[in-house]
Amino acid sequence: MKKAAPVRSPFLEMKGITKRFPGVLALDKVDFSVELGKVISLVGENGAGKSTLMKILSGVLEKDQGEIFIEGKKVNIDGPLTARNLGISIIYQELMDLPNMNIAENIFVGREIKKGIFADKKRMHLQAKELISRVALDVDTNTKVAKLSVAQRQMLEVAKALSLDAKVIIMDEPTSSLTNTETEVLFEIINKLKQDNVAIVFISHRMNEITRISDEVAVMRDGQMVGLLSKEEIEEQRIISMMVGREINDIFAKEEANISDIALEVKNLNTDFLKDISFNVRKGEILGFAGLVGAGRSEVMRAVFGIDNKDSGEIYIHGKKVDIRSTVDALKHRIGFVPENRKEQALILGMSVRGNISLAELENISKYNFIDKKKEIELAEKYIEDLQIRTPSREQKVQNLSGGNQQKVVISKWMAIKPDILILDEPTRGIDVGAKKEIHMLMSQLAKQGVAVIMISSELPEVLGMSDRIVVMHEGRIKGELSRENASQESIMKLAIS
Amino acid sequence: MTVNNKNQNYVVETGKRVLKSSSFNIFIVLFVMCVIMYIVSEPFRSWDNVLSIARNFSAYAITGIGVSMVIIAGGIDLSLGSVYGFAGVIATMAMADLGWPAFPSIILGMIAGALFGLFNGLLVVKAKLPPFIATLGTLSIARSLCYILTEGYPVTDVKERFLFLGQGYMASIPTPIWMMVIVAIIFAVFLNQTVTGRRIYALGGNEEATRISGINVNKVKVLVYTLCSLLAGFSGIMTASRLGIGQPTSGQGFELDAIAAVIIGGASLDGGAGTVTGTILGAAIMGVLRNALVLLSIKSHWQSLIIGFVIIIAVAADQLKKSRGK
Repeated sequence: MKKAAPVRSPFLEMKGITKRFPGVLALDKVDFSVELGKVISLVGENGAGKSTLMKILSGVLEKDQGEIFIEGKKVNIDGPLTARNLGISIIYQELMDLPNMNIAENIFVGREIKKGIFADKKRMHLQAKELISRVALDVDTNTKVAKLSVAQRQMLEVAKALSLDAKVIIMDEPTSSLTNTETEVLFEIINKLKQDNVAIVFISHRMNEITRISDEVAVMRDGQMVGLLSKEEIEEQRIISMMVGREINDIFAKEEANISDIALEVKNLNTDFLKDISFNVRKGEILGFAGLVGAGRSEVMRAVFGIDNKDSGEIYIHGKKVDIRSTVDALKHRIGFVPENRKEQALILGMSVRGNISLAELENISKYNFIDKKKEIELAEKYIEDLQIRTPSREQKVQNLSGGNQQKVVISKWMAIKPDILILDEPTRGIDVGAKKEIHMLMSQLAKQGVAVIMISSELPEVLGMSDRIVVMHEGRIKGELSRENASQESIMKLAIS
Repeated sequence: MTVNNKNQNYVVETGKRVLKSSSFNIFIVLFVMCVIMYIVSEPFRSWDNVLSIARNFSAYAITGIGVSMVIIAGGIDLSLGSVYGFAGVIATMAMADLGWPAFPSIILGMIAGALFGLFNGLLVVKAKLPPFIATLGTLSIARSLCYILTEGYPVTDVKERFLFLGQGYMASIPTPIWMMVIVAIIFAVFLNQTVTGRRIYALGGNEEATRISGINVNKVKVLVYTLCSLLAGFSGIMTASRLGIGQPTSGQGFELDAIAAVIIGGASLDGGAGTVTGTILGAAIMGVLRNALVLLSIKSHWQSLIIGFVIIIAVAADQLKKSRGK
């Protein structure tokens, strides 16, 4: 099969790239290469290592081990500027442009063309005009970037890359905020770039786009490169099974609970991002929410909990229609919410363990607004003991606790209100294995006590291991629901990226 | 034995906490300042001088306690100097122009001040203005109202009984000092013992987390701005009583001194930290410093310069301690 063609090294080659973060091996001897005039897609679950790899390539992160070659010559990419000079450009998901400046200024920011000491506006606008015409952007170069659509801004980013003489353009989920027509335009540009002998690294979660546009697909999982598919081998089912193909060998602390009446029902919830969200969760049930990051799972919970506004939709608790407009209302209906970012959204870091645990329950342990300190201490001591929060004392500031213990404090805060419904958003992210298991046990216990538990998790084994039922979301919609028996990594992933 | 041990531990723990607290550091600074002054200055030692210092800084302390709540909640109030002046003008005008007795006039002045705070709070939570901008606006508005109402002239002709608030004595202690003590006790209890007080700290510590804990943060914000202006207004009325006139210019630049007292007292402009004790100590340091500069015959032009440095050094020392703690 193999042709004995002359050995031609690819334009860019990454070899044995290893990157360690505290406690995690983010990249484990990854090889990756890019050829000019081709589109290579990089796929993998969240946390597989795609972004880390691309950040190393574009000079944002430093690698621990490994080598990078361009045209066979070893290079040392020690910063974004070096990467840029080597012809590597990255277009981020969040656009990095300057909205209050015009198109020409954006393209030439930091490297203005000068005539003497003055900026040569005429030449910059002339060159900008030519560049944007290459990416089919047909607007006046004096237009402020803030006035452009997201798609147009993305094209501007491509134009900027071209002005830098980019040989390799990395596009990190470029289509995630584009409409179908806009995506078509982007694909046309990509094809044109291919003809101009530019290499594209395309990061996306959308299978149909990947299968359509890629010349090669590189699949990553858990920090490793697990496969490279050539044009003929690219097939959706194959990519999915490579993405998730890990063994589930964790045993989850899942216990049987008596699942009874519906505790919470959400009907036709809509916001500007969420479309027609309906689901329910029963007493004693753990309902898993799966999907990729950005699928809208957290947004659903924020709307249900009254943090964000709803455009329409109804919420029923124990069969009764309720109006939740603020978190105060949510608390009244005994809903607890463990948000995804502990430090930003859940904890008062400078406050004591005691103060954090009692925060949502204060009204019930006070008289005429005066806190009953004895009751407060009892409450704190109870949860420190029940949940085995490892802290030198209840007066310790929460910022001095480990991640797992901090998370237990957050969960304690909600257990203290005796919730009927508890929503947990990524409850075990960034937590060590031991604490993770304890939190799983806690969820099982709460379900056994009749609490309706909703768990968002991006870790498929966790979703599969803990949930009685699984709702899968993609781009603001619910794509399907799987029973515990019918769910598998493949079936979830398929719904999550369809 | 164990009980004894536990008690002993408790004493040791509490002792450690006191020693580590920023209030203790400030107390040491104040103490050292006093010792030095005691040694170098004869007139500093007199009881009258002590009372005079305390009476002078009581206005800073009372207003400082008000603004400390705003700062603890993560906000800022620049308008309080003008609100201070405005409340004094309203109270004295009620007596001079309307012929009201002293007590209702004082109440009216305080309500006028508190309304400005309510306005500040609503600007922050409803119009979503940054506190700095909202209160910068009211700073200007309230001051201008002072001039409009008085046409720029001081309001004289106040009631005899009104003077008691600023000039009187109770048990040989000047009334303003009593007022400071009462306000301090009320608000120390409020901040430490009540649900609302706890929420003020939580809000400044992490607004998002506080909201997600089912707490109406807007209500807390409006309350702290209102209380701040109420106390600023009260201080302003007390000062009007002290001087016997309502000055339209009273309290100009006062906001910065009050905020300085709070910051020297260990509060963080990031919110979430600060105590009533610290604020009083901060105000006391400013008071002793002012007195010392006078007693040491340092020209008044130099005083602000020295106070400026004290503020910078106090905050820098605190920052240094914090970053080393991390």
